Amino acid sequence: MKIALAVAQRLAGFALVFLGVTFVIYWSVFSLPGDPIQALAGDRQLPDSVVAALTEAYMLDEPVGVQYLHFLSGLVHGDLGVDLSGRAIAPQLASRWPVTITLALTAWTIQVVLGLSIGIVSALRHGKTIDRVLLVTTIGASCIPVFVLAIMGQLLFGVRLGWFPVAGTSAGWPLSYILPSLVIAVFGLASVSRLVRSSIIENLGAEYVRTARAKGVGERRVIGLHVMRNSLIPTATYLATDLGFLLGGTVVIEGIFNLPGVGNLLFQAIRTHEAAMVAAISTALIVIFLVTTLLVDVLHTLLDPRIRRG
Amino acid sequence: MWIATSVLAVLLLFALFPAFFAGLFGNGDPRACDLAHSAEGPAPGHPFGYDLQGCDIWANSVYGAQSSITVGFLATAIALGIALTLGTLSGLGGRVVDWIVQRVTEVFLGFPFLLAAIVVLNTLGARNVWTVSLVLGVFGWPTMARLMRASVRSVRHSEYVLAARTMGLRLPRIIKRYVLPNAIQPVFVLATISIGMVIVAESTLTYLGIGLSSPAISWGLQIAAGSRIFQTAPHVLVLPSVMLALTVLSVVAIGEELRSAFDPRERR
Repeated sequence: MKIALAVAQRLAGFALVFLGVTFVIYWSVFSLPGDPIQALAGDRQLPDSVVAALTEAYMLDEPVGVQYLHFLSGLVHGDLGVDLSGRAIAPQLASRWPVTITLALTAWTIQVVLGLSIGIVSALRHGKTIDRVLLVTTIGASCIPVFVLAIMGQLLFGVRLGWFPVAGTSAGWPLSYILPSLVIAVFGLASVSRLVRSSIIENLGAEYVRTARAKGVGERRVIGLHVMRNSLIPTATYLATDLGFLLGGTVVIEGIFNLPGVGNLLFQAIRTHEAAMVAAISTALIVIFLVTTLLVDVLHTLLDPRIRRG
Repeated sequence: MWIATSVLAVLLLFALFPAFFAGLFGNGDPRACDLAHSAEGPAPGHPFGYDLQGCDIWANSVYGAQSSITVGFLATAIALGIALTLGTLSGLGGRVVDWIVQRVTEVFLGFPFLLAAIVVLNTLGARNVWTVSLVLGVFGWPTMARLMRASVRSVRHSEYVLAARTMGLRLPRIIKRYVLPNAIQPVFVLATISIGMVIVAESTLTYLGIGLSSPAISWGLQIAAGSRIFQTAPHVLVLPSVMLALTVLSVVAIGEELRSAFDPRERR
């Protein structure tokens, strides 16, 4: 009974956040200065009948609340609507998602592998030279803005060395995705490796580790089983949140490397006042955000029996 | 630690007295540009060369420190203010207040930042240091607020708060004297680090063309301009990028140092 109540409360919270964010987004795009119809036509003067027809078709003279309700009812029926050029939004999104998902997963994998290795190495050697070097390098790298890192990567590996394509997706996976993924991964590396490091160090001094050692358990088993399992809880939480963030598309990286992903589309849509498109993408982003939040909670409970019982 | 502090001190001096430091090599006016020297390399009196408009890169980078650092401190101060208020409210308030504040925090966390920045900056009409700081501050508080809430919750049931309540002190006084001083530490450390993050965010916004715009002088603008010609004149990018990275690095290093100083687990 208590669990049912907690779940209900949780779902109510989700619904509220979802409605709140989508409405604010709708209202924001609505209140952007400028006329979307005139933006569509450029410098040409549109006949009044065309303007009237477009205004009618997209309900542009309806109050924002009515438009929002219309959008919601479409959403319930699985209809994302059409953009201002009359193309349906769903297929456009469908062609963009694979790029963003590929990029996010590649970057995330690099981050997990490198972050865990660096974290473990520096925790087991903590206080030694290698720990300090790794700490300073990762923090230093994460302080360089991603766009600077991206441009330098392009210059060095794309133009000078010619190892990877400078931009675009024509070379396919993995060649086209390695450079952008590396840039994203380097940025997040410091947080992951520091988190791993500090939680391992904390657990190394824990009483159960001393007990395990006193029982004569081998060092490899102590680290691998007892320390790692307990240290990975905060890291797993962080990594799950991070994946959700990456799946939202990174506007800057997608822009610099000219990858046709969701982030890029969102940026263009905001600039051209495509309210329906912005709302559709943002809705997807909110859903990803809420699902990750939920996953993190579930993961937490699964990994840590103390939370389940408490 | 002292390296980071001195780097930051130098940059703060740059920000406070740009005219003096910009003039160190004899050409201190960032707006004195000569198109004849467009994108040329280092020359006497211009140790870092010229940008695309033929302006001195050193002078521009020194003046750039001013806007970047101002935005960093201002936006963090705004975010910290909101986070402290809402975090304390959420941590001390009843279940309903806590629930509402948490949902508001989630709305701000889930809102696409780019959209927010474009909408607010377009609505305000001006894109200068003040408005950019406002946007970065108003959308930068959720993480700090969550930390503050957790921190207040852990202090809330401590014995000294209980003692203060038993003595019949009024709530504002309890918050001011007992709760805040004990709960604020981790948030303060996060805020220090966030100064660096805000500076990066400002330059990213500017790079995307939605942050500061000329005639403002900032590292983001310099890097954005340099990135368009980086294949032919990479030197334009170097100085502003290095100064930006150094600033962020020193702020983050100070934050880290503060954190391990406050963190009893690392003192062992």
